[in-house]
Amino acid sequence: MSVLTNHLDLFLYTFGQTLQLFAISAVLSLVLGTILAALRVSPVPVFRGIGATYVTVLRNTPLTLVFVFFVFAYPLLEIVKIEPYTAAVVSLSLYTAAFVCEVVRSGINTVPVGQAEASRALGLTFTQMLGNVVLPQALRSVVPPMTSTMIALLKNTTVASGFAVVQAGSIRDSLSEAGENVLFGLLWVAIGFVILVMPLTYVQQVFEKRWSVAR
Amino acid sequence: MTAASTSPMIRVAGVDKFFGPLHVLKNVQLEVPKGQVVVVLGPSGSGKSTLCRTINRLEPIDSGVIEVDGQPLPAEGKELARLRADVGMVFQSFNLFAHKTIAENVMLAPVKVRKTPATEARKTAMELLERVGIANQAEKFPAQLSGGQQQRAAIARALAMKPKVMLFDEPTSALDPEMVQEVLDVMTGLAKDGMTMLVVTHEMGFARKAADRVIFMSDGEVVEDSTPEEFFSAPKSNRAKDFLGKILTH
Repeated sequence: MSVLTNHLDLFLYTFGQTLQLFAISAVLSLVLGTILAALRVSPVPVFRGIGATYVTVLRNTPLTLVFVFFVFAYPLLEIVKIEPYTAAVVSLSLYTAAFVCEVVRSGINTVPVGQAEASRALGLTFTQMLGNVVLPQALRSVVPPMTSTMIALLKNTTVASGFAVVQAGSIRDSLSEAGENVLFGLLWVAIGFVILVMPLTYVQQVFEKRWSVAR
Repeated sequence: MTAASTSPMIRVAGVDKFFGPLHVLKNVQLEVPKGQVVVVLGPSGSGKSTLCRTINRLEPIDSGVIEVDGQPLPAEGKELARLRADVGMVFQSFNLFAHKTIAENVMLAPVKVRKTPATEARKTAMELLERVGIANQAEKFPAQLSGGQQQRAAIARALAMKPKVMLFDEPTSALDPEMVQEVLDVMTGLAKDGMTMLVVTHEMGFARKAADRVIFMSDGEVVEDSTPEEFFSAPKSNRAKDFLGKILTH
């Protein structure tokens, strides 16, 4: 207990950073992932190809290597300078977007074809059809796997420890510098994550309930 | 006279379509003049549903020409969406938007495609639902309605776009027998009001009563094109005689 109470500031600050990393990356990856899913189901073959290639590359690459690219390799290209923190957000967002894309796409596939046909027959454009008819119905089946993807993202933020970005995953380093018992420290980190994930599970239950009725 | 006023509402000329090796439409010719009600009959797998779906390009064709109101069907994109807005379609499986109420189903396309203000769209929707006899179901979701009510809602949804022509793809085939008539009554009313209609159906009664012309299809070909009296009393082809023999004996 003393590990936690003696370093409460450290715990609060780093977990705050974790939450911030998570929140920004979650929003970005949800937006990008949905766009990618739209590309993957679009009637234009080139768009489908772009979507499929993105997913194949990003989903098949270890997250650590995505970090390595944006923290070490990308600056060598000298395009726009980015801080390690920004690099972490970019890496997490791009990586998670590939998973979000597949979750959204599987949701789209659960919506009967007739719904899209009726939309097209009424003169709705592809984007109107997705936005007004297909995606709202896809949401329902997407909630549980999307929650899992977001939980994975939350825990993946700790990968940033290896790249000079301070968050809950870097508590270990600070504790060992201070000569504390690292194992107990990590136990508290684990408990911290369990607590952080619980609201996500709650949100999942709320959405599942709400969307199961409206149809 | 301008070309648009003399041209038929639907013109299908030399249309071929394949599903893999299967030749589903064979050199199909068909014209539907404005205001006419054309019923397409034929055994299962004769290509009549496919023909219906090619007219608003839900099924692309492999060769030939399809024109709606003198305008050839454009390729996929904004142009095609604009043309589809003028062509109403009613499906066998209703395809009402499951997450929207009946009123919202009818309002969606006028608001999104025609940019009609929501209050006006709702007013029109309620009038149309009144016309098809389900105004009291407006705030329910499709799954809460009977099949017949759902199909009438689907007709109202198509009518909300003020289409030039209506396509019906076996509108009563998924209905319980006691609900068929309420849908046919709505369709007969439409026909009386002068709507141009192409109806794929197995309802011989409707063909007799409401059709100006009957098209008989078999194996992807238009075999007969005549008036209902002529078709039902004196079919010319053996295939039509065979078909009528099977369905009219019971």
